[in-house]
Amino acid sequence: MTNIAVTLTVNGVVRRAEVPGRRLLSDCLRHDLGLTGTHVGCEHGVCGCCTVLLDGEPVRSCLTLAATADGHEITTVEGLAGPDGEPSPVQRAFAECHGLQCGFCTPGFLCTVTALLRDNPAPSEEEVLEGLSGNLCRCTGYQNIVRSVRRAAELIAGEDDGGPAGWPSGPVRTSGDAEDTGHAGPAGDAEGAGRAGIAGGATGERAGAEGA
Amino acid sequence: MKPPPFEYHAPRSVAEAMEVLAAAGPEGKVLAGGQSLIPLLNMRLAAPGHLVDVNRLTGLDTVEVEPGGVRVGALARHARVERSAGAAAAQPLLRQALRLVAHPVIRNRGTVVGSLVHADPAAELPAVLALLGGSVRLARPGAVRDVPAAGFFTGPLESAAEPGELALSAFFPALGPRCGTAFHEVARRHGDYALAGVAALVRLDDGLRVTTARAVCVSAGPVPVVVDVTGHACADGWAAAARDVAKRVEPEDDIHASAAYRRHLTGVLAERALREAAASAAGDVGTRR
Ligand SMILES: Cc1cc2nc3c(=O)[nH]c(=O)nc-3n(C[C@H](O)[C@H](O)[C@H](O)COP(=O)(O)OP(=O)(O)OC[C@H]3O[C@@H](n4cnc5c(N)ncnc54)[C@H](O)[C@@H]3O)c2cc1C
Ligand code: FES
Ligand code: FES
Repeated sequence: MTNIAVTLTVNGVVRRAEVPGRRLLSDCLRHDLGLTGTHVGCEHGVCGCCTVLLDGEPVRSCLTLAATADGHEITTVEGLAGPDGEPSPVQRAFAECHGLQCGFCTPGFLCTVTALLRDNPAPSEEEVLEGLSGNLCRCTGYQNIVRSVRRAAELIAGEDDGGPAGWPSGPVRTSGDAEDTGHAGPAGDAEGAGRAGIAGGATGERAGAEGA
Repeated sequence: MKPPPFEYHAPRSVAEAMEVLAAAGPEGKVLAGGQSLIPLLNMRLAAPGHLVDVNRLTGLDTVEVEPGGVRVGALARHARVERSAGAAAAQPLLRQALRLVAHPVIRNRGTVVGSLVHADPAAELPAVLALLGGSVRLARPGAVRDVPAAGFFTGPLESAAEPGELALSAFFPALGPRCGTAFHEVARRHGDYALAGVAALVRLDDGLRVTTARAVCVSAGPVPVVVDVTGHACADGWAAAARDVAKRVEPEDDIHASAAYRRHLTGVLAERALREAAASAAGDVGTRR
């Protein structure tokens, strides 16, 4: 079985690795690239702690092959903070509201919530619960995690004059999706403004296109 | 490493994918979203010699609303189909069902066509295809065939897709006039596979009389079970029709629930789904007048 050369842009840095076809993205990040912030629990898609952003969309890195991700952008928990190391609003909110205890599940929650609030800056209670439903936490009892999400939304709303640099940009959607409405965020211009607020330049353009 | 070793292929075109698959024969497996296959590999319940990754075939990432229904390409993820306003307008049952499939993060990767080929009797989309009478388009070099839902699901985790065949798309017929649909299920935790679930399709005439009433049940037998209750619904009402649905399923005991409990749930959910579908169809009659 020949090894495969993969190139991933991880947290904005181009990284290369030679991996067997069966290397999971989670293991590639941890073993080949030394990024152990991404945790693995169940390795069959149930616990959510391995969640990373693939081209901006949260996915299970334990259910993705590194070879499939070749050529794509990955954001891990190590890439959520600003360039100066300043924790992101979601990270600050989790710290402030005690949204973690042992921290094992936390990288998955942080990546999931980062994408959730980018796409839907003012989620309802139900949307928060739906958004978190695929991540398990054995410590907190979830109450403080839900509180952290609400606090993060407040922090982001307070910063929506352009947002800190270094936020992972959202997925680039194909033009066929222009008619689509399933995301719960406010439609049209409001959505554009909301997304641009936390996600910076690239997403701003995309949001503009979607709002049209 | 969790998965067993395999030879990895990343074809760049549908033609190339079909050739690689045909050459691999029974040793070959398609990798789409990986949300069912990779757990099986990680648990070493599957050990294909060749894995044919179709994630670069972006030409298959399509959701097309045609006059008769919605054609979903093999690389269209659950999330994309769920978001599609066009698909939801043509066939509302698609979005109703997709919201019950796993968690949003799983839906970002899992594909609709992958779910059909995987043919899990607990999965929502095979049930939807069966209820609507849709079809799956399968291809091998030089041959394309459309397999109707009635012949596509052949057993638990078994479909009519043969080794060496690539599923290109699935077709979900549009909702007709004066029709309504609904999907109800019970799961231990939201996003889990359901203990029991029922989708219903009801059609009325202009006088609000039922002309078609069908239900399909998940986690109720080896393949999605479609039950036609038109006669019962007309003669005896929805409660009797739902009891009939519960009688016709063959659920099994497992660690999650007993067969008797699943049968009970199926009856309760069938009544809810049938009533809601009928109300939605009646609303449609109302707006057309
Ligand atoms: C935690 C968790 C919860 C889930 N809960 C649910 C749920 O509640 N309901 C539900 O319905 N599903 C659920 N799923 C499964 C999910 O919907 C899968 O995405 C889906 O079943 C398979 O789609 P996939 O694209 O991931 O296929 P893969 O995993 O890539 O493939 C599945 C099978 O289909 C074959 N295949 C895929 N595409 C093709 C093709 N184009 N041609 C030929 N063969 C093909 C593969 O070879 C494989 O045998 C869950 C998954 C997880 C991890
Ligand atoms: S380790 Fe990936 S979901 Fe549990
Ligand atoms: S903080 Fe320990 S598992 Fe969530």
